Amino acid sequence: MDFLQIALVLVVLLVLAIPMGRYLSRAFALEETRLDRFFGGAERLIYKLCGIRLADMSWKQYAVAVLVSNITMVAIAYLILRLQGVLPANPSGIAAMEPLLSFNTAVSFLTNTNLQHYSGESGLSYLSQMIVIIYLMFTTPATGIAVVMAFMRGLTGKRSIGNYYVDLIRAHTRVLIPLSIIVTLLLVAQGVPQTMEPTATATTITGAEQQIARGPVASLVSIKHLGTNGGGFFGVNSSHPFENPTPLSNLLEILSMFLIPASLPFTFGFMAKSRKQGWIIFGAMGVMFLAFLLLAYFNEVNGNPALERAGLSQTMGSMEGKEVRFGIAQTALFTAVTTAATTGTVNIMHDTLTPLGGLVPLGEMMLNCVFGGDGVGTINILMYAILAVFIAGLMVGRTPEFLGRKIEGREMKLIAIAILVHPLIILAPTAIALATDMGSAGISNPGFHGISQALYEFTSSAANNGSGFEGLGDNTPFWNISTGLVMLFGRYISIIAMLAVAGSLIAKTPVPETMGTLQTDNNVFLVILIATVVIVGALTFLPVLALGPIAEWLTIR
Amino acid sequence: MWLTNLRLSFVLLLICGLAYPLAMTGISQVVMPAQASGSLIVDENGKVLGSELIGQNFTDPKYFSGRVSSIENNAAGSGSNNYAPSNPALIERTQKDLAAFLEANPGVKQEDIPADLLTNSGSGLDPHISPQAALVQVDRIAKARILDPAKLRALIDEQTEGRSLGVFGEPRVDVLKLNLALDQLK
Repeated sequence: MDFLQIALVLVVLLVLAIPMGRYLSRAFALEETRLDRFFGGAERLIYKLCGIRLADMSWKQYAVAVLVSNITMVAIAYLILRLQGVLPANPSGIAAMEPLLSFNTAVSFLTNTNLQHYSGESGLSYLSQMIVIIYLMFTTPATGIAVVMAFMRGLTGKRSIGNYYVDLIRAHTRVLIPLSIIVTLLLVAQGVPQTMEPTATATTITGAEQQIARGPVASLVSIKHLGTNGGGFFGVNSSHPFENPTPLSNLLEILSMFLIPASLPFTFGFMAKSRKQGWIIFGAMGVMFLAFLLLAYFNEVNGNPALERAGLSQTMGSMEGKEVRFGIAQTALFTAVTTAATTGTVNIMHDTLTPLGGLVPLGEMMLNCVFGGDGVGTINILMYAILAVFIAGLMVGRTPEFLGRKIEGREMKLIAIAILVHPLIILAPTAIALATDMGSAGISNPGFHGISQALYEFTSSAANNGSGFEGLGDNTPFWNISTGLVMLFGRYISIIAMLAVAGSLIAKTPVPETMGTLQTDNNVFLVILIATVVIVGALTFLPVLALGPIAEWLTIR
Repeated sequence: MWLTNLRLSFVLLLICGLAYPLAMTGISQVVMPAQASGSLIVDENGKVLGSELIGQNFTDPKYFSGRVSSIENNAAGSGSNNYAPSNPALIERTQKDLAAFLEANPGVKQEDIPADLLTNSGSGLDPHISPQAALVQVDRIAKARILDPAKLRALIDEQTEGRSLGVFGEPRVDVLKLNLALDQLK
């Protein structure tokens, strides 16, 4: 039954992803399409209200527009968090958020990370949940989708990489808002609350009093997943019965967060006029995903050997930190998906995962290209594809080309920067955290698992994931500042570098395909691509994984 | 440029941050008021007894008890201890709970206790237990209430929710609903 339910979810995903991929390629086409008739009216109104000019942009104009719009958004978000105590729609009387935590929170939601060093029930007013959290949950994946469209136009197009504002607004009007409305209503039908009423008070049958926090939950949970955001309305995220009440809501949330990342490779195939190319990119990510999923499933289903020795039967699997309604299959699947799509929503506490089960989310975030977050994940895998072409080209002595465009020094330098930044901003701060009191004071679990806790926090920040080994006491100046900076570097360095690559590639004269061209749309390239990801992306992290999860596994197995 | 972005930010904030959640609240409250307000269970006098989605603390031996909750099912918040599988505190808690359970339920064999009953759920608010976790408590409750154990087993069977669409998730029993039904049992 476990394998059947996992396989069914993945089949449904594939059935949805292909048409979605085609839809996205049309929705963001530079040429006029029939979709313009449907969405054009609302979009033109927004352009007019904001005074947006629709001209094509150079990569530099595009990058500057991304940065300026994002700086504006983060400033607004920060101000609201600081002022939430005196603003309306605050029925539970929540006070202002303190400055460093506000910085961390605003940055976290701006960068599509959604690392949460606060607890939603007690840290945010309903107004903040809506006009900070939900607002940024739309605009940041929209930014990611815009940038990936620009990048893919750079690899496949001739005219231009597009206009940032048009892409950003279309991502709202044509993708995120319509889908969110549908998913919100389906979630409410499953029992996710959507109310402005304050916390309810119940008197239990044994006479005790129980406070039950609620709020406008469903409208946040839908975009949390569709936008690969991941920040929960409640502290425990999608393990909370109000965020994820049934196996069906779990299914819906898995599909929502995987839909856009899984369909973008197909969009790329349509844009490159080579559907096979899309399938090869999708296939490479799919193979890596399945390997991670199986590792998580088998480790969790085998239970915790330490508890077995303590006398508690583990035939149900490792149930600490998990919910009965999901069981092992739906939990392992959710965990593999949330860190593949770098969403960061959780339906269990990742801290309680078995050692090698916990290696799965860590590993997926370290690679950061197993589907990845809305937009940026596809950029990362395409970056690895260009790197693979370059390495393979060097090995057989051919000029490296990707889709008829020569890959030269300038592109390789930019890609090298983007690839090297990721391990640097994970490993260096982890080392600092472990070596200093201000870092290691937050660690809650003793032994090797403590190393994993610090490592996980920075990996999650760098990959803009946002899940955590949440035992970590992370609301301190050290963790708020350090993870805030890592999140910023993790998002913007690669976005800017890749826009530069797009700008450089689109200006090149296409070279005709010859006998000597390395084919990138066949299974040989699929293997080369996976090998490149594993060798370049994974080996850097092997030593630190040996110190954390692998050492912990050896001690309790 | 900055002015354009400021205007854009405000327009998107109004659409995504206000219009969208408020419209969703309005529609949900009209179409599905019970679910949208938190699936509250209300008795005949209008008193709120709890939510069918949120677990409650049951320590009285006359009632079925739910999963371990380090926050004692206080749904004003949520959370757990986040014990790593290698954490000695996890072993200690489990051994203590095991001993207490065996004492409260004489006759139950240690290997028959399912893992969900003595582990902390992720949310600390899990409303469910597995059917096995309910069955293992039957003898204690039958004795405390002077009831036929077969009647209790039938009740658990009746209260067991199957997998969604026959495939997804796990079979489970909502502890609050089970205990409410238990009080109705003659």
